[in-house]
Order: sequence, then structure tokens, then C-alpha cells
Amino acid sequence: MKTGVELHCTQGAFRLDAAFTFGNAPCVTALFGPSGAGKTTIIHAIAGLLRPQAGHIVVGNETLFDSDRGVFVSARERRIGLVFQDVRLFPHLSVRANLLYGWRRSGMQINADTVDQVVALLGLHALLERRPRTLSGGERSRVALGRALLMNPRALLLDEPLAALDAPRKAEILPYLERLVRETKIPMLYVSHALDEIARLADRMVVLDKGRVVAEGSLFDMTVRLDLFTGAHPIPGAILEAAVVRHDPAHGLTELAFGNTTLIVPAVSRGEGDKVRIRIDADDVMLALERPNAVSANNVLPAIVTAIRADGAHADVQLSLGSAKLIARITTRSLDRLSLRPGIPVFALIKSVTVGGREHG
Amino acid sequence: MAEMEGILTAAEWEALGLSLRVASVAVLADLPFAFLAALLLARCRFPGKLLVDGLVHLPLVLPPVALGYLLLLSFGTRAPLGAFLLNQLGIRFVFSWTGAALASAILTFPFQVRAIRLSLEGQSAGLAEAAETLGAGPLDRLFSLHLPLAAPGILAGAVTAFAACLGEFGAIITFVSNIPGETRTIPLAIYTAIQTPGGEQAAARLAALSIALALAGLILADWVSRRMRALVGQ
Repeated sequence: MKTGVELHCTQGAFRLDAAFTFGNAPCVTALFGPSGAGKTTIIHAIAGLLRPQAGHIVVGNETLFDSDRGVFVSARERRIGLVFQDVRLFPHLSVRANLLYGWRRSGMQINADTVDQVVALLGLHALLERRPRTLSGGERSRVALGRALLMNPRALLLDEPLAALDAPRKAEILPYLERLVRETKIPMLYVSHALDEIARLADRMVVLDKGRVVAEGSLFDMTVRLDLFTGAHPIPGAILEAAVVRHDPAHGLTELAFGNTTLIVPAVSRGEGDKVRIRIDADDVMLALERPNAVSANNVLPAIVTAIRADGAHADVQLSLGSAKLIARITTRSLDRLSLRPGIPVFALIKSVTVGGREHG
Repeated sequence: MAEMEGILTAAEWEALGLSLRVASVAVLADLPFAFLAALLLARCRFPGKLLVDGLVHLPLVLPPVALGYLLLLSFGTRAPLGAFLLNQLGIRFVFSWTGAALASAILTFPFQVRAIRLSLEGQSAGLAEAAETLGAGPLDRLFSLHLPLAAPGILAGAVTAFAACLGEFGAIITFVSNIPGETRTIPLAIYTAIQTPGGEQAAARLAALSIALALAGLILADWVSRRMRALVGQ
């Protein structure tokens, strides 16, 4: 039995040969890569808007395309929810009619409660009678999400849903997306080249370049690899899952733990024992050869250097803390001064930690 | 009503009513065919498309009198087609207001096709893709998406065609003659008045009526098309 996605197609000079796991678990897979890497081609192929020359697409044990067996399910019959980068709401229909467009054609019994749930999840109640023309960019994105959700899709494909929005609008939508991810059990493919979005939403990551899959794996493993991120996309730094150990109201701090490592961060509004996703940017990690005694940083963590990649003025240093990994970005001058090389024990000084909104139950 | 009748003579009222009836029937009868032709030209590629495009636009450049003559040749009661329609179906076009409507419909067909085609070609392919992923088939998309979005274009074409119908003269007088109360529309009534000694006043009244009709039509069309565009969210 074939699973996941394998695509081969040629469009002019562009050639796509990509295979990755998708569609059999309710998790968010980020499809990451520079423009022209083939992300939109993959989305269109999975949705059925484009027929690849060869390969297969299996989503939720349903074969939607298989060139060997001559299977090609039309876009109309695939039940793949697609949220387009340019939104594409129907201008002549109200928000309500837009939301119900796919549902009415799904041939499925979905009760009014389901509609109410999606309307509540995305905060659309006040918009139902309005026309898309009168909505803000963020509101339109939410309606597009709701429209795709209400068709009862096998999988949801989000093609850079936030790319057209400015930073405040993005900040407005991200919490809705996080709730969506948390509360629905639909496999999602999230196309983006914004690592901050991926860090908050995704579980897995497929890195694409020039029509090929360069790497695939859990988000935690991918973001600490030194070989994947260059140029326009500097290495994002570590994304980790930590547990809330205890709160320290007197200082307004919370103690988190991952593996054997303890972290002190500004108060997190979660109960003790809850899991939180944290992000430690490469720029926020300093290195010392000996434990510094008088520093302002709360978090000084013993670690071992596992790999180094120097590139011009900067060097990315991969550190191991038990099972977890961190990245520190330092100057090549410091690298030489400290004579860092793999195997050397160091102390990592963490200047700041981003505690992102996603819980894992 | 008595006062209204004072403005125009009974025969002139008759010409006005007839003009409106001929134009309405011509426009409505054209509409489905014009939409199909526009859809064909906007969305399909097929051999001979240039020829079909040319045929659709032919009435724009053909002398109306020539068309009237061709219609007379085809639909005259002694012509095979005309005889068949009369004997088998009881339909007669010659010397009847329906013939005037037929001639007007053919002559104004291109106006409707052009307007509808433009509004179909202006629709983004992206919306159709979105509808497809949401489960809509081709016919479904036609009625739920393309037709409503083309509504302003359909209306604009209908209004232009209606106005052109009101002015039709050559094809009507050649095909169905100038029969009071049957085929004498406003332009034919003006022509008759000019030919009649002492008819200048009547001709002037009818000409003024034509201008009023045209202006009212344009203003109405503008207003309705604004409303329509707002309705379809443009």
C-alpha cells in the first residue's frame, strides 16, 4: 500500500521530483522552501488542480492519484480543503453563503452545530451577512479558513495563508490558526517561508529546494540542523517542547523543564505540568568556556558542542543538552578565540526564550 | 389619461407600444443564445472559432436592408422555411410584429454577445478553481459563479441591444413592411409622418419621444448596473 505523496512532473524548465509523508496522521506538516521550489505545484497537485506525469497521492488511506494504476480523482471529488494565498472568496455571495458553499456540495450530513462551532472557532459570527468586499484582510483569511473547514475535508492545504497580510493582521490570525490546529483532527499541509509561523504551528517539516525534498522530519530535529538554512533564511534556532514545573509569583517567573534541563522564563499562564512549545533563537544564545559567576542571564546551561558551520563573519554552533539540541550564532572571531570544536563542553547563556502558544495534550 | 392622450395621437401611442414590445421580445429572445455564444467564444477553443466570431459580428456591418431582404427570402410564405413554419406550426413572420422582433433580434445580437463575453473573460480563473476544490462541477459553477458574476455584463448588453432595437428601421420596413398597428414602430412612424404633407409636427413629436426614450434608457441602465455591480460585490 502506497502512502503519502510522491510527485514527478515537468513544467517547462522546472522539474518536480518530490516524495514526503503526508495525510495519514492528524498533524501539521510545514512545506518550507524558497520561491520557485515547487511548493504551489505540490499544493495544486494534491488538490487535483494539476495532474502530475507520475507518482501517487494517498490521503487518509484514500488513493487520489496513482499513475501506475491510472487513478486520478478530480479536484471536485477529492474533498481536499484549499486555502489560497489570494483568498478567493466569492464576491457575489455573503460570508454565510461562502462558508456553506463547500458544505452544500459535500453530500454529507453536517449538523448546524458543526457550522456554529466553526463560526465560533474563527470568530465569524458578526460577519455572516456581510460581503467579502467589506471585510478586512484578516477577516477574509478567516472566512477562507472556515469555508475550507466546513467542506469536511480529508486534509487541509494552506498555501501561504498569511503571506498577503501585514504584521498586525498576521498576529490577529495566528491565534485562530493555533486553535484550529489544536481543535481539529485534520492532516494539514502548511506552505510558508516564514519560520516564525512554522515554529508556532507545525509538527513536522518538509524542506524543499529546486523541486526536490532536501530534508523531512520533526520540527524539533529540522530547526537545529546546520545544513538546511542559508542566505535569506538564517537558521531559526531551537524549537523545543517543555513542561511547566512551577511558578514563582514573587519574581513573576515560571520554571520550565525539558529533558534534564531547567529554564527560568517570565511567567507563563499555564498550569503546572502543562506542555508548552518554546523557541530559543540562535542569536539569543551566548557561549562561555567556564561557568560565569556574575551574569544577569537567568539561564546558564552546560552543553557539549556537537557541530559547527562557519559562514563569513558568523558561525552557527550546534549544542547538545542531553536529548535536546540548541543553536548558538556567534562571530567567527569568537569561534577562533574560544577554540571551539565538536566535543568541547561549554556553557550556553540564554538571553531570551519565546514561549509560543501551542499546548500538547 | 385623457391628458396623456393629448400629447400623442392614438396612432402614435400605438407606435410607441409596438416599439417597446418589439424591442423587449427581441432582447429577451436573444438573451439565452447570446449567453451561449458568449460562453463558447470566451471559454472554448475549437476549429472555426474565427468564423463563428465573424458570423456573430456580421449584423454590425451588414446593411440592415440587406438583412431584411434575406429574411424576406427565407421567411416569405412561398419560401420553403416560411411555408413550413406557417403550415406546420402556424407561425408567420412576414407582415407581422413578430417579424420585426426577429429582425431586431438578429441585428442587435452582437451587442449582447460582446458585453456578456467581456464580463465572462474578466472573471478570474482562480474563483473557478476555488469552486472546483469545494466540490462544484462545470454546470454548477456556471450557475453559482459565472452567471451571477456576469450579470452586470448581461444587463449592459441587454440595455444596449434594447436601445438599438428602438432605432431599427431598414430591416423592418424591408421584411415586414410599414403596417399601422402591426409593424409601424416609432422610426417607421417618423418616416411616414415626413412623407405625409403637413406631418412635420407629428415627426417632431415622435423624434422628441425617441430622444426621451433613449435618455431614460441610458439613465436607468446606469443606475441598474451600479446596483447590480454592488450586488455581485464588484
